[in-house]
Amino acid sequence: MGGLIYFSSGSGNTARFVDQLGLIAGRIPISPKDEIPAPARPYVLICPTYADGGGRGAVPKQVIRFLNDPGRRALLRGVIAAGNRNFGATYALAGRVISDKCKVPVLYRFELAGTEIDISRVRAGLKKFWGTECLTMA
Amino acid sequence: MKDQAPRLPLRAINWNRLEDEKDLEVWNRLTVNFWLPEKVPLSNDVQSWATLRSEERELTIRVFTGLTLLDTIQNSVGAPAMMPDALTPHEEAVLSNISFMEAVHARSYSSIFSTLCLTPEVDAAFRWAEENPHLQQKARLVVDEYQAGSSPLKRKIASVFLESFLFYSGFYLPMYWSSRAKLTNTADLIRLIIRDEAVHGYYIGYKYQRGLERLDEGERAALKDFAFSLMFDLYDIEAKYTAELYDGIGLTEDVKAFLHYNANKALQNLGYEALFPPQACEVNPAILAALSPDSENHDFFSGSGSSYVIGKAVATEDEDWDF
Repeated sequence: MGGLIYFSSGSGNTARFVDQLGLIAGRIPISPKDEIPAPARPYVLICPTYADGGGRGAVPKQVIRFLNDPGRRALLRGVIAAGNRNFGATYALAGRVISDKCKVPVLYRFELAGTEIDISRVRAGLKKFWGTECLTMA
Repeated sequence: MKDQAPRLPLRAINWNRLEDEKDLEVWNRLTVNFWLPEKVPLSNDVQSWATLRSEERELTIRVFTGLTLLDTIQNSVGAPAMMPDALTPHEEAVLSNISFMEAVHARSYSSIFSTLCLTPEVDAAFRWAEENPHLQQKARLVVDEYQAGSSPLKRKIASVFLESFLFYSGFYLPMYWSSRAKLTNTADLIRLIIRDEAVHGYYIGYKYQRGLERLDEGERAALKDFAFSLMFDLYDIEAKYTAELYDGIGLTEDVKAFLHYNANKALQNLGYEALFPPQACEVNPAILAALSPDSENHDFFSGSGSSYVIGKAVATEDEDWDF
């Protein structure tokens, strides 16, 4: 199975989701001063959304920093986006923005720290996804 | 003597010296999202309003009056009560924005009323709001926590429950009408309110979690017990309030699923786990779609046996990253 990288701000929602998943995952730090993980193999990114009403600023700055590196970007295979439906049309928009920029699929969207159903779908989905990925690359 | 007591200097707020980056992030989000009801063409709903049956109109006015009461409380009691608890001067400034926007929300319902309704209908609904025991009881429970005798973190729990849970028995109805292509401009206005409340609940929940970090384990456990117990009490009242409002049009169970779903989200804003199991939170898809219209539904992982479309890797230059 490939890797998992995530960002979570001080609200801790995405971090709680990743904890529940129970998979090994690298965290993009909140502070720009801390070291950014350097994935060595293909990975899926889990990213929360911070868009304003017009959709600007959807992807957190630290995630942009992370993806600005061509080496890291080359290993990205898919994105899982978090958000809140209460933000209407911009719900989980970070997923779509990253998908468009990096030409990788939005694999899943969930709200806040996710539900039990989200956790089991993402666990099963990632397993299947990496299976597919291996077949594609063989 | 009073003038001999050591006095702290009065401090001006310096936005270039942040103690918590979240304050500026949320300030920017709230100020960019600023809106006024005049921006929404409510008068386009006049014809649609006329197609509602009289009991549906009465229900809608009552629901909006109940929401007005909560916004009024949050504007004049809730947000101001949390200002002395602020850990940073910037948090106080954000709370002043929250307070003002709650006044805008409260004012918006009156714009809806003056556009769509007759004065006697509206006056009757305001009387109803003062007399309805469930509405009064839930508002009272929250206001009691805002009072001086409570603690800063209990106030935040009460506030998150008001912003992220108590509004939703009301927000359901305009989403329902909108899913049936009725009162769609009113729904647009309500979505602006929902968006604001989501930021408020998120931010106050975030500050709550920062506050918890300063406490020992025993104090944290006591607050968690308090939060769940307050949620149970509020839910109990909400269930009765919901039945009283929605039994007449047969939507009570549908609304309750929406309440469970939002109660869980309110608890998540505080950093807690869900209370209601997934099967109790199966919100009518039409309501979810009305909440976030035009939000594309890419859901590879819950699709049944569909093949994945994996995009071709196109070389992306750094300058493309113009977010």
